[in-house]
Amino acid sequence: MRIKFEVNGTKVELDVEPRVSLADCLRDTLRLTGTHLGCEHGVCGACTVIVDGAAVRACLMLAVQAHGEHIVTVEGLSNDDALSPLQASFRKHHALQCGFCTPGMITTAHALLTEEPDADAERVREVLSGNICRCTGYIPIIKAVLEARAHYAGEDAPP
Amino acid sequence: MKPGNLLIGAPMERVEDPRFLRGAARFVADVNLEGQAHAVIARSSIAHGHIRAIETGDALAIPGVRAVITAHDLGPEVPVIPLRLQPLAALEPFRQPMLAHGKVRFVGEPLAVIVADSPQIAEDALERIGVEIEPLPAIVDRARAEAGETVLFEDHGSNVAIRWTAMRGDAERAFANADYVRRETFRIQRHAALFMEPRGLVAQWDATARKLTLWGAAKVVFANRRILAASMGLTEQQIEMIEVDVGGGFGSRGEFYPEDFLIPFAARLLNRPVKWIEDRREHLMTANHARETECEVEIAATTDGRILGLRGRSWTDNGAYIRTNGSVAPRNVAQFMSGPYDIENIALSTIQLTTNKTPAGTYRGPGRFEGDFVRERLIDLMAKDLGVDRVEIRRRNLVRETQMPYPLATITPYESATELDGGDYRELLDRCLEDFGWAEKVKLDGQLVDGRYHGIAIGCFIEGGGAGPSENARMALETDGSISVYVGSASVGQGIETIMAQIAGDALGAPFDRIRVRHGSTGHVADGGGSYHSRSTVMGGSAIVLAAEKLKDKLRHVAAGALGCEAGEVSLDSDAARGPSDKSVALSELSKTPMTAEATFHCTKMTYAYGSLAAHVAVDAKTGQVEVIDVVSIKDVGRIINPATLHGQAVGAIVQGLGGALLEHLVYDDEGQLLTGTLADYMMPGADCFPNIRATVVELKPSPHNPLGAKGGGEGEIIPVGGVIANAVAAALADFGVEPLELPLSPPRIWALIGGS
Amino acid sequence: MKFPAFEYARPTSLDAALGLLKVHGADAVLLAGGQSLMPLLAFRLAAPGLLVDLKDVPGLGAIGIDAEGVRLGAFVRWCEIDRNARLAAAHPLLVEAIGHVAHYQIRNRGTVGGSLAYADPAAEMPGIAVTCDGEIIVMGGAGERRVAAADFFLGALTTCLEPGEIITGLRLPAWPKDRRWAFLEFARRRGDFALAGTALYYDLDSEGRAVDAHIGVIGAADRPMRLAEAERAINGSAVDADSIAAAAEAASLEVDPMEDFHAPVAYRRALVQTLVARALTRAAG
Ligand SMILES: Cc1cc2nc3c(=O)[nH]c(=O)nc-3n(C[C@H](O)[C@H](O)[C@H](O)COP(=O)(O)OP(=O)(O)OC[C@H]3O[C@@H](n4cnc5c(N)ncnc54)[C@H](O)[C@@H]3O)c2cc1C
Ligand code: FES
Ligand code: FES
Repeated sequence: MRIKFEVNGTKVELDVEPRVSLADCLRDTLRLTGTHLGCEHGVCGACTVIVDGAAVRACLMLAVQAHGEHIVTVEGLSNDDALSPLQASFRKHHALQCGFCTPGMITTAHALLTEEPDADAERVREVLSGNICRCTGYIPIIKAVLEARAHYAGEDAPP
Repeated sequence: MKPGNLLIGAPMERVEDPRFLRGAARFVADVNLEGQAHAVIARSSIAHGHIRAIETGDALAIPGVRAVITAHDLGPEVPVIPLRLQPLAALEPFRQPMLAHGKVRFVGEPLAVIVADSPQIAEDALERIGVEIEPLPAIVDRARAEAGETVLFEDHGSNVAIRWTAMRGDAERAFANADYVRRETFRIQRHAALFMEPRGLVAQWDATARKLTLWGAAKVVFANRRILAASMGLTEQQIEMIEVDVGGGFGSRGEFYPEDFLIPFAARLLNRPVKWIEDRREHLMTANHARETECEVEIAATTDGRILGLRGRSWTDNGAYIRTNGSVAPRNVAQFMSGPYDIENIALSTIQLTTNKTPAGTYRGPGRFEGDFVRERLIDLMAKDLGVDRVEIRRRNLVRETQMPYPLATITPYESATELDGGDYRELLDRCLEDFGWAEKVKLDGQLVDGRYHGIAIGCFIEGGGAGPSENARMALETDGSISVYVGSASVGQGIETIMAQIAGDALGAPFDRIRVRHGSTGHVADGGGSYHSRSTVMGGSAIVLAAEKLKDKLRHVAAGALGCEAGEVSLDSDAARGPSDKSVALSELSKTPMTAEATFHCTKMTYAYGSLAAHVAVDAKTGQVEVIDVVSIKDVGRIINPATLHGQAVGAIVQGLGGALLEHLVYDDEGQLLTGTLADYMMPGADCFPNIRATVVELKPSPHNPLGAKGGGEGEIIPVGGVIANAVAAALADFGVEPLELPLSPPRIWALIGGS
Repeated sequence: MKFPAFEYARPTSLDAALGLLKVHGADAVLLAGGQSLMPLLAFRLAAPGLLVDLKDVPGLGAIGIDAEGVRLGAFVRWCEIDRNARLAAAHPLLVEAIGHVAHYQIRNRGTVGGSLAYADPAAEMPGIAVTCDGEIIVMGGAGERRVAAADFFLGALTTCLEPGEIITGLRLPAWPKDRRWAFLEFARRRGDFALAGTALYYDLDSEGRAVDAHIGVIGAADRPMRLAEAERAINGSAVDADSIAAAAEAASLEVDPMEDFHAPVAYRRALVQTLVARALTRAAG
């Protein structure tokens, strides 16, 4: 099927089999391999991408469902020059070890803080309960997200 | 020489982080080769039975399916996975074939490899493989395994694979003369490492050069290359193993699994790159399981609580085959059950049973998590029986510094003796009490507050680390003045690039940003031990220190030529070499001639980090829910390279331990079907489960066994968690007389113990 | 874990969707949020020939609040229930219960209609529909029919939906302002399906006695159910320690839990007793 969508600000048009998940399409066709697959059945959150502003599981969505949507992946939240405030906060707090869950954590936290820059610790924990991390024990991740809030509240909030 | 102390000990931000944070890391699933095909594995859906037929025609008929490989295609003899550790002849009958033939012995056992143009097509073909298996009764528990009416290995004739024995002193006499003896039976449930990145491999065969390249190598890359070379009839030089980013290991990833042979085999057979990425369901039923153990253990003591002896038997449910490191946990349960305590008389054995379940291997703190659960529970039971304070009884029994080095029980048949290398165990017990606020919190013990019963507990542990015998490092001064460090240790997500750069930087007196660390892959050093048993920092780091010395020697020699003096007169700083007359030559000048140095660090003595961990729980007696209110730990690792990454290891280990204590359980039914085959059913800790963890790591007593003074620190805090949480629950529910002897402490289990029926 | 092959259609009207179902029969499966269907496909537990995506069907995404009560379109997503400021007053029990569904990302996709159609015995939405005398609005070839939620759920993952039918919405009767209510569930981790849960409410007559008690449970049988005996124990009496204990005990006897490896039947019965007692206490407090 022929589909069009926008990913990280770039318009793409491609042919996909209906059965291809959005995650596989991003990873294999568009080579945006920052979106990870940890379970492919909707539990681990590693595949989280932002579709029209909402964090979703890319393993539970078909690429064809993304037709006409705006998608942001972890690559779209990054630039080569410097880490974003959220990323820098993750680094500072050692909120990653193996780094496999990290893209999902970043996309989820970004979507959350964009909508709710004043989310408290409990809310952050609640939201991130849909993202499994086996390495860190979560404590530094929660700290990192809480500390990044300031950057989403002010004028310099990321788009 | 002791390395300097500019970088070592500093909480450096990790050099690997930016690529992970930007989604720019390269995990094996991100490796794509031109023209690659995709493999999936057809697996047994029956736990035990005779294979009558494997029908592949329908699958092969699907357009895009390139091959279906069964055991027949592997040649006259189907290779088996060798035993990497404890390679006893007696264990050889239990090795796993790369593909099942004759019999299947667990659900998930590989039957065939399907290779197709896309993973989707390969999975379509999977549904068309016709498998006919004549079922046999499934052996899923100790009773049936021991009864032996059905055996997994007819030639062996019994489901008992081997018996390990740990001995020290004279347990018979100690027990005969003891004032106090208590015996209990404990059970630890099957659970697993469950790292988040599924396993995977990409294999490429170059028919012209007759060379195999394999991406996705991990942990013990050189050992795996030896195994692979032997099973494929290649020399080691014909194989290059490439370690890309690795999404967690915890003992399980990187051991040799059937796919580590099957995927390269398929690539050579088809002369086409083949990629295989495990899915989570396969992971749950095929990657090493761990921990399932039953222990019938007795403790003997004097009336004032001096422990005189430990004796008893354990049974480990090893699953269907003994894989590379399958005997580590069974032997550790016996050898390390005494932990940090001075117990003179020990007679403990472990019976390693084969059953129709997924084979078991190591998981962070193998055998130690299990043994500590048993010992710490027994100590609390004993304290209660004898009316001695829980803390005091531990203090009384901890090995004293004056007793170091302190020999542990000797294990046979793969005989090994080891001794604790030093430390002030009581000091850390006291500090843990203090950090935890024991004196204040103990008032809550057993109290009902807002509908929940509160309880606290504390336990002490040791962590073995630094497994030898050796590790290699190579260093090169590059022409741009940067320094490349190549080390045989592997990354499993622990931040090895950063840690090794800190060590190398201090050893060379060079700035952090001039050092680039390469690790894991076989191209980097002649041989490498890898990353297991908390050995990377100790062994790899020490090898780097040695290599740095050699590199500095070389630099001094070259500089001496340029400066016209003796090498011994040259002093080095981060930018230049200086002679006696203050003449100097810039390093950038010297690095025009390439310079490398390679060194091997040998050590067969283990390091033993040690510490204490305390917990505060609140139990809802109506639902059986255990809430973990607070966990506090402290550990001495001798020398801290990076306090931030080490702290991360500690917190991560504790939360994994809490998962094992409270949530995680691989459940089988009577037919040997795995019931917890999804991440919805296999419950790992989530972000909301355990919000309060406070871990401290200190450098109190350096290890005498390596130039860094470091002790392995990647596993420790997981080890005491099961025992401490169970003790805290017992303390909370003292009014009900609840004494948990079995993990996990799930709500239904606690509820039943309280008297629900 | 890759999906099996299927075709995909995204009709832009209800009629077109119904037409596709008619033409393709059992081979066509509706796709709403996909948060239950896609895992099923990933495990290859279903093999539909065609997925009919309801996303572009107009009129399914509305939330209506009027004197009659609340109407939730089938395509209303969980996150929209959170965000709707008026719902919290119009039906606090609904909002509270839906707050327990799944995780953030799943809540951004999962829908009311999908949950009703999927009929997981532990799911919150069906529980609320049954507890609150909900009516499920179903459109088929023969036109619209309304099914009382009590009759809609036939068993685990089984409803009375006929092939070719589409759920278009759920109606919940109006919620009096002074109603007493509570929702409680017990899940091992946040976002997991509950081991058991209860949604309940009652009104008070002029004497302070409970009337019209509705006590529903999820995860305690093969479908969500109301507990008549427990309701009887409350109706007509003051909601105090005695009546609460009686109702809770009746509840534990009335439920019919399924045995699974997560929890034995006896545990689930006891859990229902505890949850009902606590929920009633909370409602009364
Ligand atoms: C990890 C995880 C945790 C979860 N936890 C919970 C939880 O705690 N509680 C809970 O309630 N749910 C939970 N869910 C399920 C989630 O809420 C689902 O979104 C929901 O049950 C189904 O809604 P959907 O829109 O995603 O339906 P889909 O997955 O799109 O469809 C589900 C079924 O309904 C059918 N269907 C969809 N729409 C209609 C319609 N309008 N008419 C007729 N048939 C239709 C489909 O054909 C399909 O058979 C969880 C899911 C996951 C992955
Ligand atoms: S890969 Fe999508 S949730 Fe795990
Ligand atoms: S950092 Fe490894 S899973 Fe989160």
